[in-house]
Amino acid sequence: MADAVHVRGLTKTYGSLAAVAGIDFAVPEGKVFAFLGPNGAGKTTTVEILEGLRRRSSGEVTVLGLDPWDDGRRLHAKVGVIPQEFRFFEKIHPVEAIEYYAALFGTRVDAMGLLRRVALEDKAGARFETLSGGQKQKLGLALALTNDPTICFLDEPTTGLDPQARRAIWQVIRDLRSEGRTVFLTTHYLEEAQILADQVAIIDHGRIIARGTPDEIIAQHGRPPRLRVQAGPGMAPYLREALGVTATFVDGYVEVPLPNKHEALRILSALEGSGVPWEGFATVTDTLEDVFVHLVGRMDDGVLKPGAPP
Amino acid sequence: MRPRRIVADLKVFGRNYLRNAVGLFFSLIFPVILIGLFGLIFSAGGATTVTLYTQNFDAGSNVSAQFLSALNATGAVQVQLVGPTLNMSSWLGANGHPVGLVIPSGLGSAYLAHRPFAVTLYTNPTDAASSGIAYAAVNYVLTQFNLNASHGSTILFATTANVGSPLYKEIDYLVPGLIGFSILTSPMFAMVDISSTYRKEGLFRQLSLTPLTKGEWLTSKIIWYVLLTILSAALMIGMGVYYFGAHVTVSLEMLPFLVLGPFFFVSLGMFAGSIARTPESAAIIGNIITFPMMFLSGTFFPVSLFPPGLQTFARILPLYYVIDGLNQVMLFHNLAAAAVDLAVIGAASVVVFVLAIVAFQWRER
Ligand SMILES: Nc1ncnc2c1ncn2[C@@H]1O[C@H](COP(=O)(O)OP(=O)(O)OP(=O)(O)O)[C@@H](O)[C@H]1O
Ligand SMILES: [Mg+2]
Repeated sequence: MADAVHVRGLTKTYGSLAAVAGIDFAVPEGKVFAFLGPNGAGKTTTVEILEGLRRRSSGEVTVLGLDPWDDGRRLHAKVGVIPQEFRFFEKIHPVEAIEYYAALFGTRVDAMGLLRRVALEDKAGARFETLSGGQKQKLGLALALTNDPTICFLDEPTTGLDPQARRAIWQVIRDLRSEGRTVFLTTHYLEEAQILADQVAIIDHGRIIARGTPDEIIAQHGRPPRLRVQAGPGMAPYLREALGVTATFVDGYVEVPLPNKHEALRILSALEGSGVPWEGFATVTDTLEDVFVHLVGRMDDGVLKPGAPP
Repeated sequence: MRPRRIVADLKVFGRNYLRNAVGLFFSLIFPVILIGLFGLIFSAGGATTVTLYTQNFDAGSNVSAQFLSALNATGAVQVQLVGPTLNMSSWLGANGHPVGLVIPSGLGSAYLAHRPFAVTLYTNPTDAASSGIAYAAVNYVLTQFNLNASHGSTILFATTANVGSPLYKEIDYLVPGLIGFSILTSPMFAMVDISSTYRKEGLFRQLSLTPLTKGEWLTSKIIWYVLLTILSAALMIGMGVYYFGAHVTVSLEMLPFLVLGPFFFVSLGMFAGSIARTPESAAIIGNIITFPMMFLSGTFFPVSLFPPGLQTFARILPLYYVIDGLNQVMLFHNLAAAAVDLAVIGAASVVVFVLAIVAFQWRER
């Protein structure tokens, strides 16, 4: 399958600051790609270079086979964008905004249908200045869809949205994917990336520090599955002695690595024989969020510090 | 340039504009208030005596002497004799005097013989007040003379004639001047503000993601301000003519100035706002350009009343050519002079439009 976005050796510097410090990635066509990173990591800078809104300092970038800066006008016909802080003309209503975009792009749209799709139909005739932050984001999303785009760049589309609205946007993103469109998404919500994204890249200090499917990233950077037991601190040394495992006591729980399910039986019988009181147990695996905190926490001055466990 | 996109942008910009009461006030109501204010100041001259310039070709007769002193006695006019050699109509026009009286020789003998006889009263329709006073005074005195001589049958009467060339009053100059004022201020201030706030709020970047071009966008702003200018010019002319009796000619020849004026100042405002780095410096640059023109291009007072040095300075101000052109069309009916003004502002508009398109950037570098 062809790549909708192709980036190699991309940099963007502001004076002495390398906002993007040489990144490589590709977004396959028809997939949802999530770009994760803490504040100031370089997400918006990267997205806006891909949209043709900012000029790169160096590196190769193609979007749908076009150079976004030099071929911006041709590219924009096929691209839908929500900027991180979407603003529009203060006194214009959402319906009018969509009709405006449709006229500019020369497309026909059902404005009300589009507003219904992003759950904004009740504000169709309200002035933009009176919309809440989340409602403004929704209008941004609706506008991004007026030109029937091949690829959508959504810079934090769900930030500031209530849980219900967030789910509505997720559904739109899933629909976009099932319609064969490519979605490039930046977010702070790890859960969102894990639920929606086919591919994830984690960026920090302008560098990509992890990349792959959510499962690949967890497998590569996460800790192995563990059995977690609610027990006193005395349980950890007992298990280390009895089973020869690296049991640790953290926040009222004892955690023991669980390389396979058979090991669980051995651990449970050791618990029973310990004579130390214990309550429930559960198996735990790292989420993308655990990996993110773990990875980003280890970053310092753009250099991955090896070894230090979380 | 795609008309479809220009119209779409015009619709959205126009709606956004009309829903903003402040913008509407400044572009439509404010010039009308100005014209009302200045009209009132200029028409508050009070009830002064009108000087009646008089040529008396019947100076030998007692009757004409009595007639003139009776006119003075009304208190409404003050007779001022002028020499017999000049052509009354053109002399009055050339010297800006609104009224004059010519008494032909033979008044005395005709009166004594009860023979009908006419004096000629020159009036200027553009100064209805002075003309009316002189007309009333002359007819009042004539009626008294007729009553005395023949119990009311008409012997002496006045024929009226117009002063040779029209006379312009402050309010006449004020109408084109204030149309020029609003052609300058409403696009300049708006575009300087738009250029910096749209940039700050990312609206230009937003628009750069659509097929709309900078040229189309700027054209739509120009069309909007042309429409607004025509509307506010109509309001100002209406106010000036019906309320203050301004004498201006409304004709199609005004239109090129009502189009090129906003064309020039929308572009200039955009250019000024685009070369500034911040909204604050944009406002300062805008004011530096705007303020000299607001007062020195014939907005409130005709440039011809300025001292010579200032008149020369006025000629480097683009607004001078818009206002002078409007004066030539609306007051002097001198289309050749208007064509020169039109050529100047037309050429300047094209240059500034191109500069504005080059200077303003949709996207950051
Ligand atoms: N125009 C600019 N001039 C100078 N520095 C900039 C500019 N734009 C971005 N930066 C810097 O580049 C870095 C990356 O910023 P960017 O906006 O890409 O971060 P981000 O990952 O989108 O963060 P957030 O999650 O807060 O949106 C930041 O340190 C920022 O201060
Ligand atoms: Mg950002």
